[in-house]
Amino acid sequence: MRRLEMILSRLVWFVPTLAGLVVIVFLISNVIPTDPVRVALGENATLAQVEAMRVKLGYDKPLAVQLARHFRDVLSGNLGTSIYSQRPISEDLAKRLPATLELTLVAIALSIALGIPLGVVSALKRNSLLDHAVRVVSVSGLAIAAFWLAMQLQFLFAMKLGAAPLNSRIDGFGPEPITGLFIVDSLLSWDMESLGSALSHIALPALTLALPAAATIVRFTRAGVLEVINSNYVLYQRAMGMPPGLVVWKYVLRNALISTVTQIGLIFGVLLTNAVVIETVFDWPGLGTFAVQSILQSDHKAIIGFTIWTGALIVIFNLLVDIAHSIIDPRGTR
Amino acid sequence: MTTLLAVEDLSLGFATEAGFASVLDRVNLSIERGQVLGLVGESGCGKTTLASAILGVLPRHSVRIAGGRILFQGRDLLTAGPAFVNQTIRGRAITFVPQDPFTSFNPVFTVGAQVMEIMKWKSPRRAAPDWVGRLPAFLAPYPSPQRRSDREAVLELLDAVQLPRPAQLLRKYPHELSGGQRQRLMIAMALLPGPDLVIADEPTTALDVTIQAQILGLIRRLASERNVAVLLTTHDLGTAYEICDAVNVMYAGQDVESAPVDKFFAAPAHPYTTKLLASLPRADGSATGIPGEVPVMIAPPSGCRFHPRCDRAAEQCRTARPSVEQLGGGHWVRCYRPHRAAP
Repeated sequence: MRRLEMILSRLVWFVPTLAGLVVIVFLISNVIPTDPVRVALGENATLAQVEAMRVKLGYDKPLAVQLARHFRDVLSGNLGTSIYSQRPISEDLAKRLPATLELTLVAIALSIALGIPLGVVSALKRNSLLDHAVRVVSVSGLAIAAFWLAMQLQFLFAMKLGAAPLNSRIDGFGPEPITGLFIVDSLLSWDMESLGSALSHIALPALTLALPAAATIVRFTRAGVLEVINSNYVLYQRAMGMPPGLVVWKYVLRNALISTVTQIGLIFGVLLTNAVVIETVFDWPGLGTFAVQSILQSDHKAIIGFTIWTGALIVIFNLLVDIAHSIIDPRGTR
Repeated sequence: MTTLLAVEDLSLGFATEAGFASVLDRVNLSIERGQVLGLVGESGCGKTTLASAILGVLPRHSVRIAGGRILFQGRDLLTAGPAFVNQTIRGRAITFVPQDPFTSFNPVFTVGAQVMEIMKWKSPRRAAPDWVGRLPAFLAPYPSPQRRSDREAVLELLDAVQLPRPAQLLRKYPHELSGGQRQRLMIAMALLPGPDLVIADEPTTALDVTIQAQILGLIRRLASERNVAVLLTTHDLGTAYEICDAVNVMYAGQDVESAPVDKFFAAPAHPYTTKLLASLPRADGSATGIPGEVPVMIAPPSGCRFHPRCDRAAEQCRTARPSVEQLGGGHWVRCYRPHRAAP
């Protein structure tokens, strides 16, 4: 039952992790030399109006008091209202979460589906033409800036070939909302038109996000397979005449994936970061575009709200990764 | 007794960065049905390479087989189709007990899963499944009636190798077992397919001295009970003396002498063998070493590779390797000037 213990201890750490995040983001937002009140009120506001707003929002108080108020609000589940749109921040985030979730999950799935088989095959056929080709592509995948790749893909597939839509998430109103994930919803309501539209819209941004992630997965899987392939237990199974495909894809792969799975947890964080840029390029109505707007407007509460949500996402995803890890490698949890 | 396995003039080597290493030089070996044969030699003399060659698991990209045959029940394993050998010989007629039971189990699968995987593919009650051109092997079904009867057989054999509470044991992970338990399991796994020949590569080297004797006794008893031949590689003459029917001695990639175990210890003929026996520690704790060093395989001595260390060496030992000389009663030696037993 060590697995349950691990899950509980992770959940206990959930709160201090997010509290630390709040402090860091609060301090960073206050270091930025812009005045949120002036940004919100516009160029023509008088000094008196600005002062009144400052008092109303509590910006006249010392930093520590402001931070304490933030904590009080966050703990009571209230992320406040946007200084700019005056809408509740939680509501905005909840509306945008499914878009980001769908994008990053598709990207993760794509990078795993690409990365693991390519990693295994290039380890088995080490130093072959295929291995070199995979290495060139994966190093490029890591080196290329995401926004540049996004625009190249847009240029080639959307503008030149017309094979995919340029931006946005779907044409029309989308499927009947159930989960908010368009692909899942259109499958649930069997709406093939929406499904096609959702898939064609997600293809380019997901591919842009998936490429560097797949590159990391390829490298780690390849290294993992090479580490295991000459081990005694593989030699034993070969000497016992077990089917070679079985030895590789069941027994070698499971050992090789131990380090890859840990990487996938880290990759998820990178994907969320990249999503901020990619969503902006593809005009994807997710958390990323919300974050960019909030930062440009110096909307401190919105930025902190975004950070808490993405922080929670990363913590939850890493917990899932740890559970997957303990299933793949049961040694530590038994 | 009929010959089960015959290695004839097998020569092979490896391409290394320093050059070609000739690891086996025209090696001969034969095992009869039900015989326990000790393949004795120092570390690096090529005995593990020979065992791997019989199993067909030498690294394909670096090994060069220069000549010879490995005849198993009359069929040359070197020229038989690799898929055929993999399905019907390896893991069925010839099985393997590895040197290191600590690293020879996959650490992230239960031992039960690994034992049952052997049974799924190598059960003696079913013909070899033909997995070529069908489903990928990891998707192949394992019908539950078969699984149940295979499990019965596994539990029976675990009992035979004296592993208590076998059902509980199968649910454990390798790191939860002791070295002795793991090697007993390995022996059980080697016997499950009902083999004709078990290749045991230094099966007790990694174990405690107290466990070693138990494991050796177990191998000897099961081999006799089941009429299974065993090729046991060891660097320990004591081991060979205790459980083997016959001994084959190798030096630096060459076979030098072979004899039934009583003749071998009573009247060793090759100068290397005599020196090897003399090097065993005596009751008073003293021991005699063999002067010189084991040669490097990349540029081995010509002729008989032992000649630089041999005090009986003559000119002909340096130029050509002696051929096999039969001394009678299954005892042969490769030496121009062997020690002859007093008539």
